[in-house]
Amino acid sequence: MSNKEKYIQAFVETLSIEPEETVGLKYQEIPNWDSVGHMGLVAAIEDAFDIMMDTDDIIEFSSFEKGMEILRKYDVEI
Amino acid sequence: MMWRFKEYGDKIAALDDTGNAVTYTQLEELSDIFRKFAHRKLIFHICRNAVGSFAGYAAMINAGAVPVMIAEDMDKALMENLWNVYQPDFIWVPSERQAQFRDEGAVYQAYDYALVDVKETPDKGEELYGELALLLTTSGSTGSPKLVRQSYANIRANTESIVQYLELDETERPITTLPMNYTYGLSIINSHLYVGATLLMTQYTLVQKEFWEFLKSQQATSFGGVPYTYEMLKKLRYFRMELPSIRTMTQAGGKLTPELHKEFAEYAQTAGKKFVVMYGQTEATARMAYLPADKALEKAGSMGIAIPGGHFDLIDAQGNIIEEPDTVGELVYKGENVTLGYALSRSDLAKGDERGGRLETGDMAKRDRDGYYYIVGRKKRFLKMFGKRVNMDEIDCLVKEKFDGIECASTGVDDTMYIFVDNKEVINSVHGYVAEKIHINSSAIRVKYIASIPKNESGKTLYTKLEAYYD
Repeated sequence: MSNKEKYIQAFVETLSIEPEETVGLKYQEIPNWDSVGHMGLVAAIEDAFDIMMDTDDIIEFSSFEKGMEILRKYDVEI
Repeated sequence: MMWRFKEYGDKIAALDDTGNAVTYTQLEELSDIFRKFAHRKLIFHICRNAVGSFAGYAAMINAGAVPVMIAEDMDKALMENLWNVYQPDFIWVPSERQAQFRDEGAVYQAYDYALVDVKETPDKGEELYGELALLLTTSGSTGSPKLVRQSYANIRANTESIVQYLELDETERPITTLPMNYTYGLSIINSHLYVGATLLMTQYTLVQKEFWEFLKSQQATSFGGVPYTYEMLKKLRYFRMELPSIRTMTQAGGKLTPELHKEFAEYAQTAGKKFVVMYGQTEATARMAYLPADKALEKAGSMGIAIPGGHFDLIDAQGNIIEEPDTVGELVYKGENVTLGYALSRSDLAKGDERGGRLETGDMAKRDRDGYYYIVGRKKRFLKMFGKRVNMDEIDCLVKEKFDGIECASTGVDDTMYIFVDNKEVINSVHGYVAEKIHINSSAIRVKYIASIPKNESGKTLYTKLEAYYD
């Protein structure tokens, strides 16, 4: 699985959405991406890429696109 | 009069992250408006953590207008049900949402909120009980229009004891982490209004940068949280954050794991802050017990002792008071904050006190030799889902009503609900339907197939047998 596929998979599984719904998705835009869903999403991404995100990155992770930008800091290219 | 607005004059009572602010003098002026239009009238108050919502609530209580506190994101069907059952006289609603209810009829607007006259028929002259102050939903999410009736005396008694045991004064600046329509969130507002403090209202959540920026720039001194809040804080590495303005953290809305309780107690002790675990229910206005901060570590896992003015008894199956320590019984509370009772219809709003200051909590507890209480289980079948009470029997009904011919049994542990169904085809639709109806993140709901729901000879579901199927 490519990094992009893994990244999308984390959204699909934790937020119960379809892959095509991920693009442009923002925090609180759907009921499942609330604070509970956010923590689940972060945990899934950390597992998928074997990283530990910093607090600042967890609270700045406000959209699908912003997440990709943040992951670059952890040497994860998507 | 509940709050002494005049005494605090031009001090800011609340400010929010949209730039709105309101002083105590302005709250006094707003009270006059509510007294003029809506004295002893029923108002649906659409709540959000913003100055307009806060100011309206504070003014209504002082003006003798009676709010029904409604979550802004309440399910539409439930909202319509409440509307039909209670027939409000007015709504207090964010101005931009007024049109969803009525295009016309706004009699007053301030702080981005509007007071809208929504009476459809001339006053039927149905009186509200004179001491009725406030109406709150309970679990409320499964379609029941049941409200808890709180009196002015209830709010005053509970507020005064909270102020006393948390030692609140006018220097406090609590930041909101809980909704206003939730009794715990509201009790924070009540107790701080009472001492002339400044509330920091934000709609941002703990997982947003803006929340932390607001907390820091406004020098928040305290916040409250349900168990899940504390799990998030741990994950956000709260223990490593530099938050010198924070003095106190409170916790209620369900039982924290003893491990997490201990971790936060240790952190608080090291960092020179107070961590106060509390216990309560909407039926007791808000609070019934607290664990004093200096006992947080020694008694980790305990919900503490009765609040000032309150009293607990443990009752055995025969109804006798248990005197021996470490013996489990139902927790019964007595105090002036025990609410009047429930309402199921508009005419119930004329009713007086039905409880006489005594509340059977439905929680099973024990008391140690030093007099500290520990919750060990529940008499009734409900879960706390992120601080919100959800009745499992209501979930069973909800599913059976929607999905014809399905056998269903709902159970679980706090923050994780299991719904067992005897038909594989409906798993996904049940999952989506329940999550939407009760407004709970769908990741916290597991729907599982079981060939047949285990029952005893008389047809009663054996929920404990289902525990073997938990993940």
